[in-house]
Amino acid sequence: MAALSINNVCKTYANGTDVLKGINIAIEDGQFLILVGPSGCGKSTLLNMIAGLDDISSGDIEIGGKRVNDLSPKDRDIAMVFQSYALYPSMSVRKNISFGLEIRKIPQGEIDATVERVAQMLQMTHLLDRKPSQLSGGQRQRVAMGRALARNPSIFLFDEPLSNLDAKLRVEMRTEIKLMHQRLKSTIVYVTHDQIEAMTLGDRIAVMKDGIVQQFGSPQDIYDNPANLFVASFIGSPSMNFIPAQVVESAGVLGVKICDDHGCVILPLPHAQDKMKPWLGREVIFGIRPEQITDARTAYREGLPVMACHIDVIEPTGPDTLVFVSLNNTKVCCRTHPTEAKLPGHSMELVFDVSKAVLFDPTTEQRIA
Amino acid sequence: MAKHLTPGRIVLYAALLLMAIYYLLPLYVMLSTSVKTLDDIRGGNLIALPQSITLDAWSKAWSSACTGVECGGMKGFFWNSVKMAVPSVLISTLIGAVNGYVVSMWRFRGSDVLFTLLLVGCFIPFQVVLLPMARLLGELGIANTTSGLILVHVIYGLAFTTLFFRNFFVTIPDELVKAARIDGAGFWTIFLRILMPISGPIFMVCVIWQFTQIWNDFLFGVVFAAGESQPITVALNNLVNTSTGVKEYNVDMAAAIIAALPTLFVYMVAGRYFVRGLTAGAVKG
Repeated sequence: MAALSINNVCKTYANGTDVLKGINIAIEDGQFLILVGPSGCGKSTLLNMIAGLDDISSGDIEIGGKRVNDLSPKDRDIAMVFQSYALYPSMSVRKNISFGLEIRKIPQGEIDATVERVAQMLQMTHLLDRKPSQLSGGQRQRVAMGRALARNPSIFLFDEPLSNLDAKLRVEMRTEIKLMHQRLKSTIVYVTHDQIEAMTLGDRIAVMKDGIVQQFGSPQDIYDNPANLFVASFIGSPSMNFIPAQVVESAGVLGVKICDDHGCVILPLPHAQDKMKPWLGREVIFGIRPEQITDARTAYREGLPVMACHIDVIEPTGPDTLVFVSLNNTKVCCRTHPTEAKLPGHSMELVFDVSKAVLFDPTTEQRIA
Repeated sequence: MAKHLTPGRIVLYAALLLMAIYYLLPLYVMLSTSVKTLDDIRGGNLIALPQSITLDAWSKAWSSACTGVECGGMKGFFWNSVKMAVPSVLISTLIGAVNGYVVSMWRFRGSDVLFTLLLVGCFIPFQVVLLPMARLLGELGIANTTSGLILVHVIYGLAFTTLFFRNFFVTIPDELVKAARIDGAGFWTIFLRILMPISGPIFMVCVIWQFTQIWNDFLFGVVFAAGESQPITVALNNLVNTSTGVKEYNVDMAAAIIAALPTLFVYMVAGRYFVRGLTAGAVKG
């Protein structure tokens, strides 16, 4: 187990492409770090650099306080789980797990004990003598994790390990990885493009885009306080609603003006008064999550602003029904209780919980309030 | 769904049968002629069945037929070819495997250029290299020897074997090598313990291809080997062209079959891997 610190790391390819532009991330011993972002954001490159599979153009990576820039992958005390599992096709499961230990010249007795322990932990003792081609996707995933566990490294690296599994198995393995982390208290760096994996697994999330860390923080913090429009839109499903709206003053309180075909309301934003002042009369992007626009029964507080809206479409998901309305000519998703949702074409009273609403600058896309 | 024998199918099968006969006929003529007596050959026609079967022509072709001034049969030259082909095939295949491994898994600056240059090697006609190669072999002091011939075939075969292995290895995910590197395996451990065990089919392709090329080669054999060290293809030519009065067609045929047997044998043993290996990279699993 070891802490990981990434200081001002850059990656430039020979043809001049900047893939990573000054990454700074630090996690403590035992933390679960998620690198999340759309494809091409540099997250896998960063992971490969931590592993030592890619060179670092500038900056430092430290594992357990030791600079590892110039160490080869095998000397960094890491283990990695790949998206394609990368199991050695010609070797049995047992051999796959013990291969790394044999190369490190660990005594045979110890290797056998380790393989046995790992196999038991992952409940795959009965699979030990099979070849990878005789395993299902989930079992291969398990073997890949077993191979990493056997080495007992100071940092585990996961490169989109669940992307090749079907939806049901993905959720199961997600829980298993989380359980493993809770039990072993290991330091983990986990790359994914799936924001749900990011939210559910991580202690710390680094949201990346275009080779830059857009925001680094705890999952709840990133969810509640996104630093910019990109983070707000990337984290959360269904994603946050972004409504272009004018900042107006009503009865001495600043708010945003929201209209539909039939009329307008002003949503006062008491928590953001100071930061909104320079924007009075100007257009901002008003960000509000679907669960913050709901029916009167689900909204547990009284005195929240209410607006009757014309329903365009509804999407029942089971626990909730998503209601789509049009506000300021923008499609807006609202999460309501299934029995409260009205049918499309009807009008429905929606309650706006603006206490967690956020505002963005429409040109820079940075957070205002 | 049962297939009925429609008129279309009958035409199809008839055409296939005709073509099969057309291709097999020369083999039949060779085989039947080789077991006929000379009288039988003179008396009957080309495709008639032998009146009596005798293996005299075979034993003469193997051990006492004259190739030029010597009359020791094909025996010595057959072993010459074995001594030349087996090392050439093995060496060129092994080096090709390492080359392919490097240009696909350990790319370095200029590795693509190097690979392109190697590819060009596949298209250089034999005749172009004859004179420079003769001079090189002379400088090295291995002109007219089996070792010299081996060197020529290894160099010429490398372009093909490298191409075969490179195309096979690029279908294997990079992550496999990455995983092995993290596990602590080095260049040779990854090659020998992870990639070699799954390279069986492409090895077979290389061996068949190289063996056929090298065994059947005539030009290099006739130019770079002389006298005792000549390969069987050259000896066969000499045997057929050496006439002492009567033209012994049965001996010629037997000698030709002896010269062709090893490649047939290799195809029969390893042929099923050939198609599998050639198509292995086509569909990414």
